Amino acid sequence: MTYKFDFSFLAERWPAFLEGAWLTIQLTVVAIVLGFVVGTLCAVLRVYGGGVVRRLVGGYVEIIRNTPLLVQIFIVYFGLASVGLKLSAELSAIIALVINVGAYTTEIMRAGIESIGKTQLEAADCLGLTRLQTIFHIVLLPAMERVFPALSSQFVLLMLASSVTSQISAEELTATANLIQSETYRSFEVYVVVAVVYLALSFLYRFAFWLIGRLLFVRRRKLGTAL
Amino acid sequence: MSQDSIIPVGRTQRSADHQANANEVVVSVENVTKYFGPLKVLDGVSLDVRQGQLVAIVGRSGSGKSTLLRCMNGLEAIQGGRITICGHDIGLGKSNRAELRRDVGMVFQNYNLFPHLTVERNITLALTLVKKKANREALRIASEVLALVGLADKISAYPEQLSGGQQQRVAIARSLALTPQVMLFDEVTSALDPELTIEVLKVMEDLAERGMTMVFVTHEMAFARRVADQVVFMHQGKVWEAGPTAQVFAHPATTEFAQFIGTGL
Amino acid sequence: MNQFTSVHAIYLLEAARWTLLLSLIALMGGGVLGLALALGRVSRIATLRFIATAYIQLIQGTPLLVLLFLSYFGLSMAGYRLDPVVAAGLSLTIYVGAFLGEIWRGCIEAVPRTQWEASDCLGLNRFQQYTHVILPQAVRIATAPTVGFMVQVVKNTSLASIIGFVELTRAGQIVNNSTFQPFLVFLFVGAIYFAICYPLSVASRVLERRLHVAR
Repeated sequence: MTYKFDFSFLAERWPAFLEGAWLTIQLTVVAIVLGFVVGTLCAVLRVYGGGVVRRLVGGYVEIIRNTPLLVQIFIVYFGLASVGLKLSAELSAIIALVINVGAYTTEIMRAGIESIGKTQLEAADCLGLTRLQTIFHIVLLPAMERVFPALSSQFVLLMLASSVTSQISAEELTATANLIQSETYRSFEVYVVVAVVYLALSFLYRFAFWLIGRLLFVRRRKLGTAL
Repeated sequence: MSQDSIIPVGRTQRSADHQANANEVVVSVENVTKYFGPLKVLDGVSLDVRQGQLVAIVGRSGSGKSTLLRCMNGLEAIQGGRITICGHDIGLGKSNRAELRRDVGMVFQNYNLFPHLTVERNITLALTLVKKKANREALRIASEVLALVGLADKISAYPEQLSGGQQQRVAIARSLALTPQVMLFDEVTSALDPELTIEVLKVMEDLAERGMTMVFVTHEMAFARRVADQVVFMHQGKVWEAGPTAQVFAHPATTEFAQFIGTGL
Repeated sequence: MNQFTSVHAIYLLEAARWTLLLSLIALMGGGVLGLALALGRVSRIATLRFIATAYIQLIQGTPLLVLLFLSYFGLSMAGYRLDPVVAAGLSLTIYVGAFLGEIWRGCIEAVPRTQWEASDCLGLNRFQQYTHVILPQAVRIATAPTVGFMVQVVKNTSLASIIGFVELTRAGQIVNNSTFQPFLVFLFVGAIYFAICYPLSVASRVLERRLHVAR
C-alpha cells in the first residue's frame, strides 16, 4: 500500500507551528535562566560549603540525575495538586524543568569552578578580596568560559526535553503538533514538520549561545585563545 | 613627597618621623613551629625584620623557607610560636586577615595574574573592591605603578600576551598598588628564563632603593648578596645562619652554609 | 479510591522488568547502529562521513518524544500499525544509536595518533589496525561514558509510557488513577528508577577514575 504524503495542511496551519515554537521558547528560556542561577548557586555551595550543605546538594543532584524527567514532572504537577497546591501546567512545567536542569548545571559548573586553580584563590586572598568577591570576580566567569560548550549542550537538550511537558497539557510545540495531527489525521507529516521545527530551534539556540559566549567572554573574543 | 603617591619614601629622603621609626620591628617571628601532618617543616624559627630592611631567606629546596614566608602572610597556619606582622598577630588559626592583607603584599613564583582580566583590571580590581577607590583614582594608581615597573604601555594587554618577566612585574605592580608596608617575594624569579630574571630583579632593587621593607625567598645568591641587609639561611626547618649580609657571607658559622654558598645554589 | 498497598508496589516492581527489557533492546539495537555510525564518522570515505554526521545531527536535534509519535502515530496513519513496544524499541534504537555513535566516535578519536602510526609502520592494513590496535583501546576508553549513558537510556524508556507501553511510568499512572495518591506513587516509581540508575552512575564514575589512574 503506497502512502500519499500530503503536506497541504501547512498552507493554512503554519502559523500554529510558529506559535507553538514561540511558546516552547518562552517556556525554556525562563527555565534555562532560572536553572542556571540555581545550578550555579548549588555548585558554589557544593565546592565552598560545609559538609552538611555539600551532602545535601550532592543528594539533590544524584536524585534528579537518576530519575526520569517525566516522573519529576508528574510529582510536581499531580503531587502538588494532591496536597492542595493547584498550579497551572506551565508553572509546574517550569518548576520541574528548573529543578531538572539545575541539577545538571550544578555538576557542570562544579567542574568549571574546580578547574580554577587554588593559586588564583590565594592571589585574590592576598590582595584582600573577600571570599564572595573572589568567587564572583575571579572564579565564576572563567569557570563559565571553561564549561560553556557543555552548558550550551545541556540547555539545548533541555529545550528538546521540554516536549515531554505536553503530557501535562502545557502549551508548547509538541502539544500544538498533537492538536494539529488530531484534526488533520496527517500524523506522519505533522510530526515530520514538528521535528524540523525542533531542529531549527536547536540551531537557533546554539547560535544564541554562541553569541552570548562572544559577548560575555571578552578576552576570548579579542585573543581567540582558550583560557 | 606627595601624600597621594604610592611610591614609598626613599632611603636617602627619610623624613624626621621615619628617622624615629627607622629601627621599628615590622615582622617578628618568635619560635615558630609548623607541621605538615606528621612532618615538622618549621622547628623553632625566630626572625626579626625592621622597617626598610631587606631580608633574604635562602636555603635548599625543602628547607622550609617558602613555608616560613607563607606563614608570615597567614597563608599557612602555625602550630606553635608567634608571628606579628605590621602590628597584627597572625594567631594560631587564620584570623583578622582583612587588615593584614592591607599591610602585607605578596608576589608568587608563578605570578598568579588573573588570566581573564586585562593588566589594568588585574591591578584595579583590589583597589576598587578592597580599598573602595573610585574608578578614576584606581586607574591613576594603576598607571603610576605600571610606570614604576616599566610597563606603562601594556596596560590594556592580557597576561597571556606578556612574557614571564613582564607578567611578574605586573604581579609586583598589582601588589604595590595597595601600598603595603611590607612586601614578601616567594622565589619570584625561579620560574623565569635567565634573561627575564634580570628585569624583575631590577624592579626589586628599585623598590629597595625607595625604602620598601622586603622579605624575599630566593635562589639568586648574587642578588641577595648585593641587595639584602640581612641574610637568613634555613636548613631542615631551622635557622642555621642569620645576620648582616656581608658578615654572614664572609664568615659562615656553619659548614652547611659554607657548602651551600660554595656550590653556588 | 483505594489505598496504596503492597499489591500496587509489586505491580510496579513487575512493570520495572519491562523497563529493563526495553532498555536492553534499545542498547543492543542502538549499540549496533552506534558502532556503524562511529565507524562511519571516522571513515576515510567522505560520503560515509557525511551520512553518519547528518544522521547524528538530525537525531540529536529532535526530541525523543517526537520520534516516538512519528513511529507510533505517524506510521500507523501511513498504514504500518506497530505495537507500542515495537514502536518504542524502534524509536529508542534510532535515538540511542545517534548518541552512542557520537560517544564512541570520541573514544576512537581519543586513541593517540601514534598508535595509528605505529601499527601502520608494522604493515597492518586498515581493518587489522582497527580490530587489533585501535578498537580494543577505544573500548577501554568507552566503558565509563557508555555505562554512564545507560542511565539516560533507562530514563528515556519512561517516554514509552506515552504511547501506551506499560513499563514502570505507565504502571505508575495506572496505580495513581486507582489510588489518587500521586506523591506516594510517583515517589515510589522514582525510587525504583533510582535503584536501577544510581548503581550505574556510580559504576561509571569508578570506571572513569580507574581509567585515569591506569593512564
